[in-house]
Amino acid sequence: MSVPILNASGCLDAIAAPEVAETLDVFVTKTVTPLPREGNPPPRFAETEVGMLNSIGLQNPGIDAFVEKHLPRLAALSAPVWVSVGGFSADDYSLLCARLDSRDDVAAIELNLSCPNVEEAPETTAELTAAARAATSKTLYAKLSPAAWDVAETARAVADAGADGLTLVNTIRGLALERALVPKLARGAGGYSGPALRPIALACVHACAAAVDLPIVGMGGVSSGRDALDLVAAGASAIGLGTILFSDPFAAVRVRAELSAAAASLGCESPAELRARALEPVTSSKA
Amino acid sequence: MSALGAATPSHESLQGIGAARRQLLQVTGVEQVGPYTLLRVDRGGLAPGAPGQFFMLEAPGRLLPRPMSLCLAPQDELAFLVDPIGPGTCALCALRSGDGIHVLGPLGNGFDLDVARPLLVGGGIGIAPLPYLAQALGGAPAILGFRSELHAEAARLLPEAEVVVEPRLVTELVPDEPIDVLACGPEPMLEAIRARFPDAQLACEAPMACGYGACYGCVVEIDGTLQRLCLAGPVLRGTA
Repeated sequence: MSVPILNASGCLDAIAAPEVAETLDVFVTKTVTPLPREGNPPPRFAETEVGMLNSIGLQNPGIDAFVEKHLPRLAALSAPVWVSVGGFSADDYSLLCARLDSRDDVAAIELNLSCPNVEEAPETTAELTAAARAATSKTLYAKLSPAAWDVAETARAVADAGADGLTLVNTIRGLALERALVPKLARGAGGYSGPALRPIALACVHACAAAVDLPIVGMGGVSSGRDALDLVAAGASAIGLGTILFSDPFAAVRVRAELSAAAASLGCESPAELRARALEPVTSSKA
Repeated sequence: MSALGAATPSHESLQGIGAARRQLLQVTGVEQVGPYTLLRVDRGGLAPGAPGQFFMLEAPGRLLPRPMSLCLAPQDELAFLVDPIGPGTCALCALRSGDGIHVLGPLGNGFDLDVARPLLVGGGIGIAPLPYLAQALGGAPAILGFRSELHAEAARLLPEAEVVVEPRLVTELVPDEPIDVLACGPEPMLEAIRARFPDAQLACEAPMACGYGACYGCVVEIDGTLQRLCLAGPVLRGTA
């Protein structure tokens, strides 16, 4: 079963931990913005009973320092590098993609269109994607929020705007309070991830796979091969690991092996077989 | 005195996951030390690392591991002093001999052991890294402070240490002569040490989700910018 395994953007620093990045089929950078950002004040994360909240706030060195200092070091990895970019306007996405367009060490660009921890751009997701598309010929993945009422509609819009693939899903906004009823995170709400996100991600991937003919990187609470298999069956062609990397840095090796074993135990040898089985129409009850 | 001057981390290079390994280790002992628990695990293939470095311990039933500095390195074992203050640390204290937990480490920058006149200063659960540090230094004077007599029972982990209990403070016992202070404890204690000994080595604390630079959750202000404590520390120079 050949299903590429990536890290979710912002869940691994390949310069601090190249040994972990080498276990992945693709390394995705933390989101880069036009200008440097210090990020949000701590506390920045909180554990809940079934997930994790974070509000990092896109801490990054900015595109200039990233291209000059970080990218050359990332190019030394054996895995291809996808650069995640984020901004606050269509012009920002245009600028970022134009800066990366000529870089041979960038295999693809992921558009972070859905960070729950910073101000949103005024343009629509499709308009931001179109701006990026006009600025680069690189492969473009659009990372969408699971919070949209109809994520398939958003998927169709970014596909029409020129996206080459989808990354599904980003975290969903959540809030946790201390015993004294103050928010656990300094900024209040944050992005919710981990096991609680899994069924939400599965529904989004399932809906988008039926709506558009684009490759999908499925992510959201994956911690085992069976979790990954569910997403592949729902339509994902690659799998992203996020929160699990915090507790198990080498999870990709385990998930990859478990995925193959889980597929084999179902008698499936390819993602297409898994997908065919999952998308069989539900038979109506005769009762 | 250190040759690093005002450099913020106590070592020049930032540590990533480096030589750290993650293994399922067996609990070999759980011992009550005052209100704390000394948790001993089989070392497996993990190196104990330098004093002041830390490990990420799987907290049974919780999503995220918990960072713990190494307290003691008995033959073939690693020992951690745990204060049961939340769901993760309570889960760790509820472990029993024979249980297994995943452990990742050693991580971060430990203490610089090239010191001429070391004095170890610890407060409360902050004494955790000091027994291993004292051992590595071949014995060193230590001053420990606790909030109650019950907490002070943990001083038996450093039998030679001077001990004070609140309302007395450890800083009252620290002499003014030139010494190399290596400290770990609550923030007000570290601030007081920092004010008197700008070159002191301070083992700092922050909540960490990963411990190896991946999550950006453990940032603290160092030299006016937010930096990941797991990579820049946890042992910082007082000049930070």
